[in-house]
Amino acid sequence: MSKLIKEDIDKFFIGQFEAFENSLNGESKKPLHAKRKQAIENFKSDGFPHAKNEEYKYSNIAKTFGKLFNVENLSDDNFSLSLDEATRYFIPELDAIRLVFVNGVLDNKLSDIDTLPKGVHIQVIKTAADDYAEDFEKHFNTHEIEGADNFSELNTAFTKGGVFVKIDANAVVETPIACYYFNDAKNSDVISQPRNLVIAEKNSQASLIESYVTLGENTSFTNAVTEIVVKDDCVFNYYKYQNESNQAIQVGATMVHQLGKSVFNGVTLSLNGAMLRNNLNIAIHKEHSETNMYGLYLLDGKTHVDNHTVVDHKVPNCESNEMYKGILDGQSRGVFNGKIFVRQDAQKTNAFQSNRNVVLSDDAEVDTKPQLEIWADDVQCSHGATVGQLDLDQLFYLRARGIDKQTAKSMLLNAFASDVLSNIKIEAFRTLIENKINERL
Amino acid sequence: MLSIKDLHASIEGKEILKGINLEVKPGEVHAIMGPNGSGKSTLASVLAGREDFTVDSGEITFKGNDLLELEADERAKEGVFLAFQYPIEIPGVTTTNFMKTALNKIREHKGLEPLDAVSFLSRMKEKMKLVEIDQTLLSRSLNEGFSGGEKKRNEIFQMAMLEPTLSILDETDSGLDIDALRIVANGVNKLKNEDNATIVVTHYQRLLDYIVPDFVHVLFDGKIVKTGGKELAHKLEEKGYDWIKEEAGVA
Repeated sequence: MSKLIKEDIDKFFIGQFEAFENSLNGESKKPLHAKRKQAIENFKSDGFPHAKNEEYKYSNIAKTFGKLFNVENLSDDNFSLSLDEATRYFIPELDAIRLVFVNGVLDNKLSDIDTLPKGVHIQVIKTAADDYAEDFEKHFNTHEIEGADNFSELNTAFTKGGVFVKIDANAVVETPIACYYFNDAKNSDVISQPRNLVIAEKNSQASLIESYVTLGENTSFTNAVTEIVVKDDCVFNYYKYQNESNQAIQVGATMVHQLGKSVFNGVTLSLNGAMLRNNLNIAIHKEHSETNMYGLYLLDGKTHVDNHTVVDHKVPNCESNEMYKGILDGQSRGVFNGKIFVRQDAQKTNAFQSNRNVVLSDDAEVDTKPQLEIWADDVQCSHGATVGQLDLDQLFYLRARGIDKQTAKSMLLNAFASDVLSNIKIEAFRTLIENKINERL
Repeated sequence: MLSIKDLHASIEGKEILKGINLEVKPGEVHAIMGPNGSGKSTLASVLAGREDFTVDSGEITFKGNDLLELEADERAKEGVFLAFQYPIEIPGVTTTNFMKTALNKIREHKGLEPLDAVSFLSRMKEKMKLVEIDQTLLSRSLNEGFSGGEKKRNEIFQMAMLEPTLSILDETDSGLDIDALRIVANGVNKLKNEDNATIVVTHYQRLLDYIVPDFVHVLFDGKIVKTGGKELAHKLEEKGYDWIKEEAGVA
């Protein structure tokens, strides 16, 4: 197997698209396919983002893909995931609307969506494009958003097996929707490109969890996009959880279009993978909305995690809070790039952003870049980043009371992580994450 | 209980302690006084096992064991307690959780079962009264946003919870108003018994009006240059430290 360079990768995906297009019967005239075709044309312009692209400077996905991926050993349908096996990766004790995706495609047998709570509609995206044509026309890949890039274009081009989720107006959905994405790389390398559209209608409330797992020793490449439309007066909680294999490369974009008087809470938790890139792009279109973004990356080995976030304040009187924290051991690497735009009209914006990191080893690395771009003059904004080691004075204080070094270390790191974890409002999920962290620390 | 012999210690190559000798027996209160920079806090830190300091020579035995062989947490488990001059703030760890962990680690070391929630709480309540500390303070992050007096009271509260055999109070009086000083001293006095001992490190005599020492040692330039009874503290208060320096022949 020879290493692929960017040009090979571009060619490969364009070839893949042609094959994909041939496999679609009777869709060529449909609006969804027009969007796919437009997207692949957009992708062709510059192809796979490369290291010269400023936004991918610290995360050279093309290089990692070229190194780990064997296109001759590729199969998306050579899998045999049983419910028993999948269950091991479900969040224990969680009552959820369960959606299971294998290699990017919704698997009805493994999912649990036969009876849905009132006000919740879920359908595979391909058919939903017909059944919910109006929603698709309005919201599918139509909103321009800062931070979208050629990975999103590539995902749009391959739209097929993801889901469409709609929460009716005024519905309060207490059961969270849990999406488990399995890449079955037991027999071959795998590419999966799930694409979801979630619409929360006016005054509704819902929670969405996305969890990513690669099974087996082969390489997986996930290029996911979830678009979320949060309409007026909604409360929407979004969780992303990555405990991937060492051979997993992932680019995931969550694109949020937020309307008035709404609240969006996002929590991103990254524990393992080869290279994970999270794009959380949020555009605030109407006044009096609140946006909260929390993240924790707890890394060791050679895991590389890159969190790119964009909050685009387009209108006045909104508030955004962002807090990402990292704990890095081994030869791991963490990248944070948070951008806040405050447009000229967005007076009275309150926007806060912080990124704090604890580096435990000599070989771990953090690259952090908090950014503010402010065009309005009556705003309150702050941002900051810290990179440090475990505080030796704190460690000594705990030890001076009889607490051994290992326990003291774990207590301090748990405390450091706690103000991110306290934002996980689903108890079973929070317990799982706390247990994973305790195992690690 | 504690025996220090010809202790020399340094930090970053600079010698701070230059031959300390000290014997502490159960039931005794020792005061260590001295001007700033004489090595008082260094001695307290070295006893507690702070790793920034290097012990160059000498020995410390505690209850018959070589204290210098033990890590900081092992010393605490054996019954050494340091009340910090500057208690550390730890966001995200509550005092309650901290004390529960510490207490159970110490109990484990002694071969005891961990305290159940009810016994732990009743013990907390009892000890809280001793230093007039409020429950809400203890459910907050450790020392975070505490006033100076609250931090010092929290140190004595921890001491009460852990019931050490040797307590070292490192300038516990600094920055305390007279009311807080009384509360802290009262707490220490109530914890005193014939099996434990206290070392009070202080610059001023005032605390010693409340915690009455059996012995007063004057530390100067890394050595104990004078030892006496509680009247020595009064003399220092009256005359300052200069006469000590002259006596020591260094001034």
